[in-house]
Amino acid sequence: MIIQINQLIKRFHQNEVLKGVSLSVNSGEVISIIGSSGSGKSTLLRCINLLESYEGGSIHFHGKDILDSIQGINAYRARVGMIFQSFNLFSHMSVLDNCVIGQTKVLGKNKKEAIALALTTLEKVGLRDFAERSVMTLSGGQKQRVAIARTLCMEPEVLLFDEPTSALDPEMVGEVLSVIKALAKEHRTMIIVTHEMSFAKDVSDRVLFMDQGVILEEGTPDALFNHPSKARTQEFLSRFREN
Amino acid sequence: MLSVLSTIPNDLLGAAYYIAKRYAPLFLYGAKNTLTIALTATVFGLLIGLGVGILRSLPESVYDSSLKRWTTRTIRFLTSIYVEVFRGTPMMVQAIFIYYAFLPLFKESKLFAGIVIVSINTGAYMAEIVRAGIQSLDKGQNEAARSIGMNNFQTMVYIILPQAIKNAFPAIGNEFVVNIKDTSVLNVIGVTELYFQSVSVAGINYRYTDTFFVTAMIYLTLTYSTTLILKAIEKKMNLSGFDGPSSTTTPLNIGHYKASKETQ
Repeated sequence: MIIQINQLIKRFHQNEVLKGVSLSVNSGEVISIIGSSGSGKSTLLRCINLLESYEGGSIHFHGKDILDSIQGINAYRARVGMIFQSFNLFSHMSVLDNCVIGQTKVLGKNKKEAIALALTTLEKVGLRDFAERSVMTLSGGQKQRVAIARTLCMEPEVLLFDEPTSALDPEMVGEVLSVIKALAKEHRTMIIVTHEMSFAKDVSDRVLFMDQGVILEEGTPDALFNHPSKARTQEFLSRFREN
Repeated sequence: MLSVLSTIPNDLLGAAYYIAKRYAPLFLYGAKNTLTIALTATVFGLLIGLGVGILRSLPESVYDSSLKRWTTRTIRFLTSIYVEVFRGTPMMVQAIFIYYAFLPLFKESKLFAGIVIVSINTGAYMAEIVRAGIQSLDKGQNEAARSIGMNNFQTMVYIILPQAIKNAFPAIGNEFVVNIKDTSVLNVIGVTELYFQSVSVAGINYRYTDTFFVTAMIYLTLTYSTTLILKAIEKKMNLSGFDGPSSTTTPLNIGHYKASKETQ
């Protein structure tokens, strides 16, 4: 078990967004989290990366509470990569520098090594030829693929995807999803918050349905999508089928 | 003396030309000091502003120890006093106060006194400019840097500041232009800048309008050429590829599921 979340509680002022969420993530497991907006799925992901603090419960990484980590929060974050909905590429840098800076400044690698890994990784997401380009000149889909490459360059143990395709034009969704799919095939540990149901069905080992701050239902993609047991899950999924 | 006065032409332009030519060394000496003070003080002001602006933007995390949080708050309080005091009082008053309060320090050189005063004053404005530049960035830039494990310092130096300074460049340059004009208040402590020199010239020839017409033209030449240079630099920065925060897209999910299904 790589991540263990225990009774996590998160409040924004009076509003309780996570009401005691527990989740165990095994090494190599691909988990998708679905649910309507405001159900707390993105917040859960942000808590795992400590971009949000939480008021109750605990998160353990390799059996150790992430808040007690001796090397500190920053070292933990470097091992748990995050891909954002709005890419958040460093806009004053080239594609290559986006993939290099974390390696040299955080991991302390030498520049040559870092560039070599960055280029291999960019190759993997199909953007080797874009290395020297400014990120400002890329399309949304290309930006998100660079963002994935930037995270992969840190060689993290866990990948967190926070609605990776939600900010993309429809015709660019496919290229990003196929990159994520390829990563899933490598049996990386991944948690994906998504609205792409057929994609979730395809790549996940396990699907969670979140509703109003709790994990209402979870199971294999087949079980959750084809035989949901809770009425709320059925209602949510039926709305997607109508589309 | 009287002969000098009678030889000055009576029309404005003629008189101005005559005065500019005759007193050129005095004007030039003043202009040189004005430019020296303005440029040096803008640079030092920017350095002060960077320091103070960064301190004022220090994030507070719930994971900080109570000592660290207390320090952050104290720093924020002290820097805000600095900024408010120096933005909230006239530089002429600051000049007299600082000059006489630290008189022994400035005995050697009034130019030095001028530089110190304008630097401290500019620092307060620069601090706000830097802070606004930092705050104008998308918070995703900070989150992305933190998510790959950068600490506060690395995030600031490698990610936030390069973008913040670029965004704030027009405002920073504007401070330089303002300083060229505002050094004129330093005449109250007797710094021999352009305004001080002009008063001296007018004191010799009693032609205030004509003399200060020349003065105005010199100031205008200094500020306008500075503005042109700054604009050229700005243009070059924009051409070099980087441009404002990248992630400002508003997510709209409508239709994506359907569309992506088709692409698969």
